[in-house]
Amino acid sequence: MVEEARQTVLVKKLVEPAGERRRRNVVKALISHLVLTVMALSALAPFVWMVLASFKPLEEVEQINPLPTVWHPENYVRVFEQIPFARYYFNSVFIAAWVTFLQCLTSAMAAYAFARLQWKGRDHVFRLYLATLMIPGVVTMIPNYTLMVWLHLLDSYIGLIVPAAFSAFGTFLLRQFMLTIPPSLDEAAKIDGATHWQIFWDIILPLSRAGLITLAIFTFMGNYGSFFWPLILIKSEHLRTLPIGMLYFDTNYGRQTNLIMAASVMNIIPLVVLFLVSQRFLVRGIQLGAIKG
Amino acid sequence: MSYRRRRKPGVADDRAIAWLFLLPNFLGFAVFTAGPVLFSLVVSFSNWNLQRTIPFQWIAFENYAELMRDQQFWLYFINTLYLMLGMPVAIAGSLALAILLSQRLRGIVVYRTLFYLPSITSGVALMILWKALYNPDFGPINAAINAVSEALGLNMRAPEWLLSTANLLGLEVERVRVSAQQFGLGARDALIIMGIWIAIGGNNMLLYLAALTNVPQELTEAAQLDGAGKWSVFRNVTWPQLAPTTFFIVVMSFIGGLQGGFEQARVMTGGGPAGTTTTLTYYIYTKAFEEFQIGYASAVSWILFAIIFVVTLINWKFGAKEVSY
Repeated sequence: MVEEARQTVLVKKLVEPAGERRRRNVVKALISHLVLTVMALSALAPFVWMVLASFKPLEEVEQINPLPTVWHPENYVRVFEQIPFARYYFNSVFIAAWVTFLQCLTSAMAAYAFARLQWKGRDHVFRLYLATLMIPGVVTMIPNYTLMVWLHLLDSYIGLIVPAAFSAFGTFLLRQFMLTIPPSLDEAAKIDGATHWQIFWDIILPLSRAGLITLAIFTFMGNYGSFFWPLILIKSEHLRTLPIGMLYFDTNYGRQTNLIMAASVMNIIPLVVLFLVSQRFLVRGIQLGAIKG
Repeated sequence: MSYRRRRKPGVADDRAIAWLFLLPNFLGFAVFTAGPVLFSLVVSFSNWNLQRTIPFQWIAFENYAELMRDQQFWLYFINTLYLMLGMPVAIAGSLALAILLSQRLRGIVVYRTLFYLPSITSGVALMILWKALYNPDFGPINAAINAVSEALGLNMRAPEWLLSTANLLGLEVERVRVSAQQFGLGARDALIIMGIWIAIGGNNMLLYLAALTNVPQELTEAAQLDGAGKWSVFRNVTWPQLAPTTFFIVVMSFIGGLQGGFEQARVMTGGGPAGTTTTLTYYIYTKAFEEFQIGYASAVSWILFAIIFVVTLINWKFGAKEVSY
């Protein structure tokens, strides 16, 4: 029965003229491209509107003609004149960079202990640690805020950076990468008299480069756009990050939609560039991150 | 490939050195996660208010009892669930996109990049953008709806979007009830549409894409040879193979959805109109940081935690079974 069906399919493939089969495949590919293009355009449309609006004079933003009659690149300059946008940029990048560095370091060290060292109860401790990922951020947010009040760290770079510098997810991700390194390497190094720190720093870290880059990109992107914690922690204007600065620009400066769109474009450009250059790592990281330990 | 060494008797136990390597991470965890979770539980049994006028008192379960009577809490809980209604659409859309992308076509990477753009850039900037898009008088969405309505000679009234309490289920504003007048497109639906736009080409699509390439080709080919049609191959071979991925995505979306809606509420709607876009997280925020009722806010956050905990337990109980397909 099965054999018979196989024969018919094979015969059909042989009998059908090659030209017809090719034509059918071309039609199929065309339909797929059509659907994909429509979807891609709907993903893009809001961005296109945003970019066009950012070059328009204010009165044209609300008109239906898509293109500005006269292009106004100076909208971008005016953003910097109205709000300390450069300062917001610096704060966002500065804080995200520090968080990224610290998180990669602490996560890599913990991942080394979970992936490369042998100790009793290791896998139980790891599973327990992983379970803490489900604790909702909003539960820890209020106590952490009061902690910052007690430590006088409200409205400070340290208060914005340090609480974000530890991550169970980062530990999990790097552990997955470190498990793929053959154990013979550390054993050989140990025989040569290397300390654990040397094995970690000189052998395991360089070999986990792909994992570290992936984690670094995730962490940087996440913290660049971080909203809740900076929103409750920042009081003074000079510490505002891009999301917080954008929020107040939007609420306090009235309806300057063209300038707000210019600021939004500048806000997301670094993310788009970072994504384009690091796609390879990100896609793999997302797929690896979903595999349960 | 992964190498996992088995502990052999006689092999040195690296416990001391392991704890040294774990120290920075665990210290941070203890100070900023474990401590706060316990602290928040303790505080939820008090009336702690950051405004000094109210004297501190232990009130046992009074916050939790109050919560059960708090009609706002229930309305906001319903809002949170309502905003999750976009989830199945987004997940099905991600799967459809992944299936289209898993064919051998030219320009797959370009499409994948374009689809991913909304989720990589999501955040305050995008929400401000969508607020402008949804503007009922000047926004391009209503401009397009009005243009189409005129061209077709329909006398259609475009939705008020973020300014309207209408919704597709006809939920009333102040009570947990349904009425025909409330039927329509309003703020909550606007947020759902935006959410689908953000999520559809994001991480879930990438997960499905990876899972689809892992479906053994022998299985689909064998089914085809047995004379199964396209749909039948998908339904009986591909879909069961995707089950662990689907399960993971559904659970993660559920957990994310329960905690969601904060940025949208803070940036786009202020939780309104009439509280219709206030989710549990935004409610906790306003209680804690605008009304300074730390005790009550902690109790609400623990209820949220409890719900998420139950979802996670269900995940553990049934997740393992699903994976072993």
